[in-house]
Amino acid sequence: MTHFLTRVRGAVAAALFGLALAAATAPATVEPAAAQAPAAPSAANEQMLFNYLQGSVQGRVTIPDQRAALLIQPQGRDFQHYHRTTLKWLGGIAIGGMLVVLILFYMIRGKVRIEAGPSGRTIERFNGVERFAHWLTASCFIVLGITGLNISFGRELLLPLMGAEAFAAWSQWAKVAHNFLSFPFTLGVLLMLVLWIKDNIPNGDDVKWFAAGGGLIGHSHPPSRRFNGGQKVVFWATVLGGGAIAATGFIMMFPFQVVTTMEGMQLATKLHGIISLLMIALILAHIYIGSIGMEGAFAAMGSGKVDLNWAKEHHGLWVDEVMSGGRGASVPAGASKAGAD
Amino acid sequence: MHAVPDQGGVSGRKRGDTTMARMKFLCDSDRCIECNACVTACKNENEVPWGINRRRVVTINDGKPGERSISMACMHCTDAPCAAVCPTDCFFTTADGVVLHSKDLCIGCGYCFYACPFGAPQYPRLGNFGTRGKMDKCTYCAGGPEADNTPAEYAKYGANRLAEGKLPICAEMCSTKALLAGDGDIIAQIYAERVTRRGYGSGAWGWRTAYKDMTTG
Repeated sequence: MTHFLTRVRGAVAAALFGLALAAATAPATVEPAAAQAPAAPSAANEQMLFNYLQGSVQGRVTIPDQRAALLIQPQGRDFQHYHRTTLKWLGGIAIGGMLVVLILFYMIRGKVRIEAGPSGRTIERFNGVERFAHWLTASCFIVLGITGLNISFGRELLLPLMGAEAFAAWSQWAKVAHNFLSFPFTLGVLLMLVLWIKDNIPNGDDVKWFAAGGGLIGHSHPPSRRFNGGQKVVFWATVLGGGAIAATGFIMMFPFQVVTTMEGMQLATKLHGIISLLMIALILAHIYIGSIGMEGAFAAMGSGKVDLNWAKEHHGLWVDEVMSGGRGASVPAGASKAGAD
Repeated sequence: MHAVPDQGGVSGRKRGDTTMARMKFLCDSDRCIECNACVTACKNENEVPWGINRRRVVTINDGKPGERSISMACMHCTDAPCAAVCPTDCFFTTADGVVLHSKDLCIGCGYCFYACPFGAPQYPRLGNFGTRGKMDKCTYCAGGPEADNTPAEYAKYGANRLAEGKLPICAEMCSTKALLAGDGDIIAQIYAERVTRRGYGSGAWGWRTAYKDMTTG
């Protein structure tokens, strides 16, 4: 008990010492007038204020716009560097790199075939509501992605081709589209979250799936339930990344209302750009494997019904669940019985 | 304290043998009395709409020792951050070093406000959400890309005093001559003379941030 008390006393003493130190080192400008202030003019020196405030210089204004009280914010130069250099390199490497990887993958691995060939029997993978949620999000994402890339790279890539006036007119419309499509996009992400979260809880199967290279490298097909490890990555990236893009985007659409500081607005803008560019790179891979990269994959989101052999190869455990649970495969008229072929 | 303006002001001419001036603002905060006449004159001269302030006076250390007021507007930066982040590349720098922009190309995205160290870009609020109209800012009383002193130029950007051989109205009518406008070298010299004579000065506000690239040149 006494030991505890000495500890508390020590902590209080340390805190008091810290306070005294802070008071001693604080510039005269924040001390009460009674204190011995050094010569007043030097206390208003810009560099001293920068050093003390470690950033922007804030004052008081008599006009209604109180944001104008921020006299100087040198970190605007950091934002300039971010937008001119960091964002462009990051986006270029992420998106360009992904395109190179996908092209190389296609050249080396080729299209991932259904090894047993199409069976002619189909099984329902995504119902109407699920496909609606997917395509709502997807179509919004494509327009948002293009109009967003226009803000990041249009000046370098499109402006020289289109000319200043045409590019400005297109960018004006692109901005409007970008603002308004944020709402259906957010709705789509929320819908997908509700519909698919139960099938996307990570488990031991995902570890095995990744250990086997997901069947992309080599030809083994690690068994998985409704969603394999890779699909779960896409799901969580979409929900968390898409959610972050939506949140930062709404902050930017209502400037200084949700987030009220300059630093906050700059951070939201930076995060919005970086996460979006990484998401575009990821979704490029998703689009590839869902279309030209894999035989039979597109049908899942196209008609909603996939070939049974495709399902067995890629989602064997899920097929077992559905078959035993009686959710049932639809048998086209005239198809032979299961096992007969 | 021996205070002289940042070296930023002294090197402008060294960069090249250009005969053009490098226009800058310098606010002598030891002279500014926060009368806000510069703000009013700017609004009147350029018919700046309600809610938009091309120039403002900020008081720091208000009511405390070391209180100073600084009149601030666009500093017409070297390597201007607004121009660097603009998605439509609507900014341009004149031969006098004045940073201007085209309202025909501006899409009101607001990026220049996040990049500007001095809070210069202003936006009329328009339509839904926080949608911004075309950006408006101090033009150094130098109009815009339109032909000099045309009604079209005046409607979009306000006065073009520079084309008439006059300096910005804010500095011209400053009652204490706290706000100086003109070639950077000349106003820096005027300020340095003042500081030497009276023995104190709190520096050329914003010059370090606005013209830092020139300090090395």
